[in-house]
Amino acid sequence: MHDESTNPGPRPLARGPADPAAGEIRLSLGPVQYFWSRDTLLAFYAEVAELPVDIVYLGETVCSKRRSLGLDDWLQLAGELAAAGKQVVLSSLALVEAESELKTLRRLCDNGRFLVEANDMAAVHLLAGKLPFVAGPFVNIYNQHTLTTLAALGLRRWVMPVELSRDTLADLQTHRPQGVETEIYAYGRLPLALSARCFTARAHRLPKDDCQFRCLDYPDGMLLSTQDEQRFLALNGIQTQSALTYTLLDEIRDMHLLGVDVLRISPQSTHTMAIVRAFDDALNGRREQEEIAQELISYMPSGPCDGYWAGRPGLSWQE
Amino acid sequence: MELVCPAGNLAALKSAVDAGANAVYIGFRDATNARNFEGLNFSERDMEAGIAYARQHRCRVFLALNTYPQPAGWPAWQQAVDRAAGFGFDAVIAADIGVLAYAARKHPRLPLHLSVQGSATSYEALRFYHEQFGVRRAVLPRVLSMSQVERVIANSPVEIEVFGFGSLCVMVEGRCLLSSYAAGKSPNTHGCCSPAAAVEWKETPRGLETRLGGVLVDRVGAGEHAGYPTLCKGRYEVEGNTYYPIEEPTSLNTLDLLPRLAAAGVAAIKLEGRQRSPAYVRQVSQVWRAAIDASQRDPESYRPLPEWQQVLGRVSEGQQTTLGAYSRPWQ
Repeated sequence: MHDESTNPGPRPLARGPADPAAGEIRLSLGPVQYFWSRDTLLAFYAEVAELPVDIVYLGETVCSKRRSLGLDDWLQLAGELAAAGKQVVLSSLALVEAESELKTLRRLCDNGRFLVEANDMAAVHLLAGKLPFVAGPFVNIYNQHTLTTLAALGLRRWVMPVELSRDTLADLQTHRPQGVETEIYAYGRLPLALSARCFTARAHRLPKDDCQFRCLDYPDGMLLSTQDEQRFLALNGIQTQSALTYTLLDEIRDMHLLGVDVLRISPQSTHTMAIVRAFDDALNGRREQEEIAQELISYMPSGPCDGYWAGRPGLSWQE
Repeated sequence: MELVCPAGNLAALKSAVDAGANAVYIGFRDATNARNFEGLNFSERDMEAGIAYARQHRCRVFLALNTYPQPAGWPAWQQAVDRAAGFGFDAVIAADIGVLAYAARKHPRLPLHLSVQGSATSYEALRFYHEQFGVRRAVLPRVLSMSQVERVIANSPVEIEVFGFGSLCVMVEGRCLLSSYAAGKSPNTHGCCSPAAAVEWKETPRGLETRLGGVLVDRVGAGEHAGYPTLCKGRYEVEGNTYYPIEEPTSLNTLDLLPRLAAAGVAAIKLEGRQRSPAYVRQVSQVWRAAIDASQRDPESYRPLPEWQQVLGRVSEGQQTTLGAYSRPWQ
């Protein structure tokens, strides 16, 4: 327990958000949420080294059975990306159930070099009071008191839960503790739910313990449509995502005003490099916003959504 | 092993107490709890009467204060914690870190339970809530296998409560945004899944359609039962097949596992259903009281009676039950 009136919180970062001169929004690349082969992942990250992103999140966040890269592989990749000038953050598994998963989580938190993104409270517990950490979009930070409590335990950056709106963000920014950066999930299919059950295995009538890694065949998740053909969700193993791709490209000006520090782009199986460059162009005013927006829409597997930002149903789009 | 029963109003609370509940859990009439439905929950007057009735019968009363306040709504949650302390609840069941921190600091003698909405699925997560806020008990999400529950209990610093019966959340509680994605309100933000105002029922030439926020959840033909449109129990199309890709309309029922849950050290069995009628609460509580008593008298020869299963089957979603995450296809 702590008392926010006496605890100074963690030290500000070099480019702290409390510094009004900062103002600059950086780009991050979120962890790959799908199951890709080892070769695909290695080829993908070889390109990332050249990309205009400042921060790269690495690791398996959805299913511990997916091991095309092990923790040692991720650490090696992290070293290479750090050498290429990226800030590397290791992302933890979002749903931790088994003892083996706790073991991996302890190794991840004890890696001794890279910042960790905690995606569940077990990870927060292992890091709290010991090491600075990032709270990922799966950690429920809905108000300033939660933010302050976690800041006193070492929170350096938080990714706003995706269902929260621009207005809630504005309120949270006015209360934000010193030294805590704000990151917004700005592009990608939305992570909406986690279950113990694997819906990809279920679709193939397989038990989870004999899933035959069918999710390898769905590099952007498996489309779920309603009976009247609305593209609704994407099944990604134990995770359920939106079929529509969330995009906040048009909100960049507003995010500057709100003091957002980082925009996260969540990788997809194709065009991720172009998507990052498009956001970089938008941040630097290199091209017309409308042209960039149209380009992004052409990359989306099922079209865009942005409802959560406006406080509307998540699936709605700019009305 | 305690029996913890739901109550959405005073009549249901009395039904639960009369049926032998060791504790009942209730909520204020607002978004501070995860069953924020029209006409449900307790006024202050009913709360006082309910607590008094339960006390007379040596039944404890817990307050569910288990949603996630946003800055604009924070004062209501803070006041709810203060009111809970004033009422003398035996525990407050909370999920939000800010709410837990406030309660622990302001009312150090008010016992805290971690709600299922707090999504703690491992003993490391439980240690966080215990060390930071002095949480004494936690309700586990309905996603762990039996051996995982056993391992959590063996290493947990707090008592463990598990769901025994009721509507089944297939997704980890506190980590499901499906409802706000389609309809703008979720259990986390507004204390409700599939808000009634966003539900539509419509007869069409192709069948009875149920929608949530305009999204077609199911379409049933003549003679088929149409359930309340909960997104995770809808019938959709995946790769040309129309089926229930997430879960069938079904309820969790762990009556078969009672002796094993007791042997694992489960402190309490929780029944779901604050939104259900007093008659449901009475029937289900009576069955579980009898079952817990029977399993404690003689765990070796315990077998659920067919009449218990019939009662539970009749009040289940889709009239069917499942062991959920305790069954093999999930593991």
